[in-house]
Order: sequence, then structure tokens, then C-alpha cells
Amino acid sequence: MTINRPMRDEYDLAVIGAGPAGLAAASLAAQSGLLTLLLDENQGPGGQVWRAVTSTPVKETRLLGDDYWAGSKLVEEVRASGAEILQGATVWSLDRHLEIGISAGGGSQFIRAERVILATGALERPFPIPGWTLPGVMTAGAAQTALKSSGLIPDGKTVVAGQGPLFWLLTAQILRMGGRIDLVLDTTERRNYLRALPHAAAFLTSPYFRKGLAMMREVRSKVRVVSGVTRIAASGNGRLEEVAYEAGGRSVSVPADLLLLHQGVVPNVNLAMSAGVKHRWDDIQLCWSPVLDANGGTSVEGIAIAGDGAGIGGALAAVERGRIAARAAVEALRPQAGAKVPSMETFRAALAKAERGRIFLDVLFRPSKQFRIPGGDTIVCRCEEVTAQDILDSVAIGATGPNQLKAYRRTGMGPCQGRLCGLTVTELMAEARGKPPEEIGYYRLRAPVKPITLSELASLPKNESATKAVVRG
Amino acid sequence: MTVRADAIIVGGGIHGCSTAVHLCLRGLRPALIERDYAGRHASGVNAGGVRQLARHVAEIPLSVRSMDVWEGIQDLVGDDCGFDSHGQVLVAENDEELEVCRSRVADLNLRGFIHEELIDAKELRRLVPAVAETCPGGIVSRRDGAANPARTTTAFRRRAEQLGTIVREGIAATNICKDGKLWRVEAGGETYEAPVVVNAAGAWGGRIAASLGEPVPVQTVAPMLMITSRVPEFIKPVVILRGRKLSFKQFANGTVLIGGGHLATPYQDTGETILDWRRLQESARTVWELFPVMRNATVVRAWAGIEARTADDLPVIGPSAKHDGLFHQFGFSLHGFQLGPGTGAVMAELIATGNTNTPIDGLRIERFAT
Repeated sequence: MTINRPMRDEYDLAVIGAGPAGLAAASLAAQSGLLTLLLDENQGPGGQVWRAVTSTPVKETRLLGDDYWAGSKLVEEVRASGAEILQGATVWSLDRHLEIGISAGGGSQFIRAERVILATGALERPFPIPGWTLPGVMTAGAAQTALKSSGLIPDGKTVVAGQGPLFWLLTAQILRMGGRIDLVLDTTERRNYLRALPHAAAFLTSPYFRKGLAMMREVRSKVRVVSGVTRIAASGNGRLEEVAYEAGGRSVSVPADLLLLHQGVVPNVNLAMSAGVKHRWDDIQLCWSPVLDANGGTSVEGIAIAGDGAGIGGALAAVERGRIAARAAVEALRPQAGAKVPSMETFRAALAKAERGRIFLDVLFRPSKQFRIPGGDTIVCRCEEVTAQDILDSVAIGATGPNQLKAYRRTGMGPCQGRLCGLTVTELMAEARGKPPEEIGYYRLRAPVKPITLSELASLPKNESATKAVVRG
Repeated sequence: MTVRADAIIVGGGIHGCSTAVHLCLRGLRPALIERDYAGRHASGVNAGGVRQLARHVAEIPLSVRSMDVWEGIQDLVGDDCGFDSHGQVLVAENDEELEVCRSRVADLNLRGFIHEELIDAKELRRLVPAVAETCPGGIVSRRDGAANPARTTTAFRRRAEQLGTIVREGIAATNICKDGKLWRVEAGGETYEAPVVVNAAGAWGGRIAASLGEPVPVQTVAPMLMITSRVPEFIKPVVILRGRKLSFKQFANGTVLIGGGHLATPYQDTGETILDWRRLQESARTVWELFPVMRNATVVRAWAGIEARTADDLPVIGPSAKHDGLFHQFGFSLHGFQLGPGTGAVMAELIATGNTNTPIDGLRIERFAT
């Protein structure tokens, strides 16, 4: 059932995000009899990996791949599970009392749940090269969104640059749909192949191995791929005109209308951090990850995290993590109902299988420093137009971490709430101060984690004192 | 190791940092100990109002003195602190409220204070064109304005260090005690010694006072604020309401800060606050009614800073009633930011000379003695 606003004020379980983890969690919980609400900000279920799986104009299955269409099965499952599904609902607040602020249909309201599973997925890692804010430069993920929801593909001179499993997948998807790609710049560090070698055995048995290899081969057969790229810069007068790169010591410039950038994804931490969930710096994936127990439980009682928001693991792992977190909720709230669903051990075994070889990918596709930590007048914070040098200057006169930096430069205080600059700021300040990122820390994040209009906020249902305040005025 | 200083300041908010700067200017060398970092709580995250308007009579002399310091802030700390002085306006929403304004201004005038000026509907509309047509007038304090609180506190901290203050952040001051003529404070494995201790510990100031045998009725509170995305400039002065809890300020970059004193739940031990969105909703609704131009503005962030509020809503300023060499400077009860620069000057004056030319009689700790 799809509706415009939550039907109740209280639920056993609220699941936030209808990607692989959220769909799996909501489905299992509702099947076990938990009063379950699934909240998702998109118009249809699927998250990013299965975006628009119920509505995409791209009907030919081959083009998006079997893994994409696997999403529709889980969507069917959750629709039959009895979970209440609310699409187009933006969750902008969550606190440690498990009160959830939701904006839907132009108004806001609060609900409370006994348990919350955050399945808010991942964000693309910032890729702050010179000129990355020019019109004509976008993230590969944004291009993929346009491709899946509207069937839009690039038709001008297009360069894609970066690395990682999703990088190759997107490149392959664009090419299959007849999109134009002139050049692929692969930024994978050559020495990473050696570093990843010890983990290769496990990856050989991973479900991603064969598919990944086939995809890279498919791309290479259709487009020129330059490997070992060590520098990229975009330039142009008012919009992208040229991409300059360096590989094997050689500098080359090519004309371009579109540059798609991607160097992996990182957990989307904003909602979890704003709820007070403890995070740690992950030195392998080079990002902040929530501190979790075996069931995805966080430092905040009642809040669990599943899917890529718990640490990047991919869609298959996300599904299993969603089931584990949901089963833990069932065990806590309706212990007797747990007998009806597969055991925790079953899910853990499936998760172990899905995660096999992940370390190989993490090591191989560890983004190199020059693409994570910019210098000079490269923009770091797009909202406030702050450059790397501005930040170094602030460090020199006493800014010690991202929160102190706000006083100097307003970084992270714009509408993106640090999504586009947070990791860069942490790593840049850590580098400048010679300290580990863990010690430098991250922005203290605050609700609303997604902007809401004053009218939406004002439209919250009135409580008694609010009514009095208005009457008195 | 023992560090010897002329004064130990506990707390690196705007008050502690300002006192440090002013002690240095008098040739003394203070040590400032901050358990987190300078401006982490109320000093760095308040509304930034630089306001003499609508203050309790007992703190007006201090506020007026502070205003003089604000007007020379660039020379004092080497940073303009984002200070602008477009005035602050108190809006009366009806005739009854305007009457209260009228008698307030008359009373202040009798006491010799002329910073608050009664204004009619026409002048109100001139100052704040966007305000609802129904408001009949109010009060303006034209020298008032606003500043960037985090930037200000950071600037004072930086200046204090440049002038010779020993600044220690990220360590808590513990075991504050007096040994003979010297005060001793332990922090981060070191001992600090000085003839003077200043309790400028904000929300933690009450605990320190109590541990030294001078309890003050004080509670920990966390006033909430929210800020919008940039909207075209439509208002210059800071606006506060006479009847309802609302303060309102548009910054030069177009963002609009909405406050007014609704409270979050503070968790003092972890430094966290939990926002009360139903109260923020009241603020949103008030803005919605009074400033239609704001209806489609986007709220991008809301927050609260932890601070201390005393039983009579006035700060505790001046020497201890019990111990020589102990000075209190806390309990600013949601309106301490503007007072920071001036109070630091008064504290330094008190410490260095034993006296001050600024009347603070209504603010001393003796008023709570039982």
C-alpha cells in the first residue's frame, strides 16, 4: 500500500531508506508481525542501485543488467509483507528518543518507533580536482540517476575518470545504451594491484569477481582506456572545455563537453551522526563508519544501521545486513515471532558469502592521495566556495578541526551539510596538522539533515502550547 | 610539572577569553584552561546578538561599557568579528505591548539611560519594512547589532594567546583549591598556580562555585536556534518580539537566524543537546505570520548551546564573597554574548585594581548568600 503520510504516530519499527537493505529489513520485520513503516525520499523504491526499478523507461533487461532487475523481486516481497510504505518522504530529523521528523506532501510530522533501522546507503566520495565545480563536470552517480530514471545518456564529447566497481558498471551501462564515451581515465594506483594480491584468493570466489572482470573487458573492447592516471584537471571558460591528465609521466589535454567523476562511495553518515551514533575513522575505506555490534546495533539504544551506511559492502551484503538488523528487532520486540523466519545463522552465512573478497576491492580501489587531498585554489567546500589553501591558512592561525574551521570559513554550514566536503576537510586538516583523521574528527551534524521549508516546519500538527502561543499573539 | 601564572581562568568561552585579553593588556600573564575548545558551547553557537536593548536595569551599565568595547573590536582583537551595527528593534504586536514599551523607555530615561528609543508604526516600517502591517511600533537601540559568535570567541582566544596567555584546550580543570596565598588547579597532568582564579566556566560555573562553598541557584539550559538558506536581503536590524519568544536576524550573506529562547534538552556530561522540534515549530509559525517573505525559505540547520541560567536571570560577576583571589564570571542566562568583551575588561580591572568604575552591584554573588 502506498500513501501520502504515516497512518500512525507510533510504530514498532521504522526503516529509513528503501534500497536493498531497507527493503529487506522492512519486508522481514513486517512478515514477522512488527508494525513496520518504510520511509523513502524517492518517488519509488529501489534506492540508488535499484533506482526507479518499478518505473524506469529502460525496459530491455540486458541494458541495466540482471543485478538491477533483482530489485523488483524484493520490491514485490515488501509490498506483500504488510509494511506501510511511504515514498516521497524525507526524514530530516532523528534523535536518541527515536523521534523521527518527516516531511511529505508539503507538510511535516513526527512519529516515534520502538526501533529504527537506518538504511540510508552511501554517497559518492568527493573528487576535488581543479575545475570540478565547472558546469559540465558531474559525478558518475548523478549521470546514473539520470540514466535509470529518465533513460538519459551522454551524447557530447565525454570523458569518464576514476575507479572502483561502480565506475566500471556505470561506464558499461552508458555504453550499452548507446551513450557516447570518448575516453576512460582509470585512476587506480598501479601499486594497489600488488597490495591487493594477498586478498585475491578470497575475491576469486566472490559473486562480484566474474561480473566485474567481464564488465571491465566489455568497456575496454569499446573505448580507449588510459590506466595509471595520476593527475586530472578540468578547465574551460564558464563551462567545461578541456580535460588535462597525466599518466606515466606524460601530460595530455583532450577537449570535452562532459566529465564524469567517480572514485567510490562512502557511508552516508548524516542522519546517524545527527542522532548521536558513534562513528570511527575507517583507515581501509578512508571514511567515517558507524561503530556497530554484530546485528548492526549502534551506540544509540534502539537504532541499527544496515546496508552501505554501515560500511561499504555492496547490494548483496546490504540485503543480508538488512535482514540481520530486522531479525534483531523482531527478537527484541516479539521473541516468539522469530521462529517463523530463517535463523540469524542463515543470514550471517549469507552475509559472509556476500562480503567475501570485499577487502580485495577496498585495497585495489583505495583512492590515491592526490585525488582525495587537494591543494592550492582547488575548491573544497562548494557551498561557501572555500579553497584548499583557505583551509590551510585557517589551520595556520589556529583552526584545529572541522568544527573550529566553521568559525573561520563557514565550511560545512551550507545547504549540503558537509556531504560534498566533509571527508576532504577532515583529511586535508589531518594532513596539514600531521594528525590521524580520527583525532581531527568530523562536523557535528545537526537536524534538519535535509533542508525543509519554513512552511513545512510551521505545518507540524499543533500541540497545546503552540496553540496557546498563537492565541496569545 | 607546575605552571605559574598571574591568574588561572577556567573556561574558554567569550568571557574567559575576553578576561584573558584584558589581563594581558594590564601586563598580567594568565593561564586559560578549556575542557573542550574555545567557543565549543554557548559562546560559539549563540545568536550573535550584540544587544543593549531590553536588558535588566542591573546589567545596563555593563552592557553599555561592553558596547564601547564592541565598537573598537577590530583594534582590540585584530578581527572585525563579523560585527555590524544596524540596530536592534523590539516589535510591539499590539497597542497594549506598545504601552509597555512606552513606560519602559520613560523609566530608562529617568535613570539616565538613553540607548532605547520609542518608535511609532512609521519608523518601525522604515527600519523593518517586511514586518506585518498590524504592528503599531516598538523600541529601537540604534548602536546595537550582531556579530559572528564563533568567529568572535575564536578571535579573542587567538588574541589572548598572542598577548601571552597560556592557552590549554581539551583538558578539564580539576581540584581547584587554595594553598596558602596561591590557588592551585590541576589539568591534563599539570598543576597551575596563581594568586587569582576566574570561574568563567559557563554551564559548569555553578558546579565550581558550589564546590568552593558558594552555591548559586543555577540550572543548565540550551536555547535553540535555526538558520535558513540565503534569501534576498530584506531586513537589516535584529528584530525581537515584545510578547512572543522570537528573535530574528538576517546576515550579510543572506542567511536568516531564528531564535528566541525556546529550550532544548541539555546533556551536560556529553555536551549533547536534543532539540525540541515542537518548540522550533512555534518559532517557524511566528516567523510565518510576521514575515510572509520567509515562508518558502529553507531551514538548513538547527542547534542549541549549553549554558547556565540563574534563578534571577542575571549573571554572577565579581569577587567571591568567601575566598580571596576567587572571581566569578558565569551564569549569563541566555544573554551573555554582548557582555563578553566589556565584562572581561571589568574583571581585569577588578583583579588588577581591586575595584571597577562600572556598577555591578546587582550582579555580585552575595545576592544568593543564605
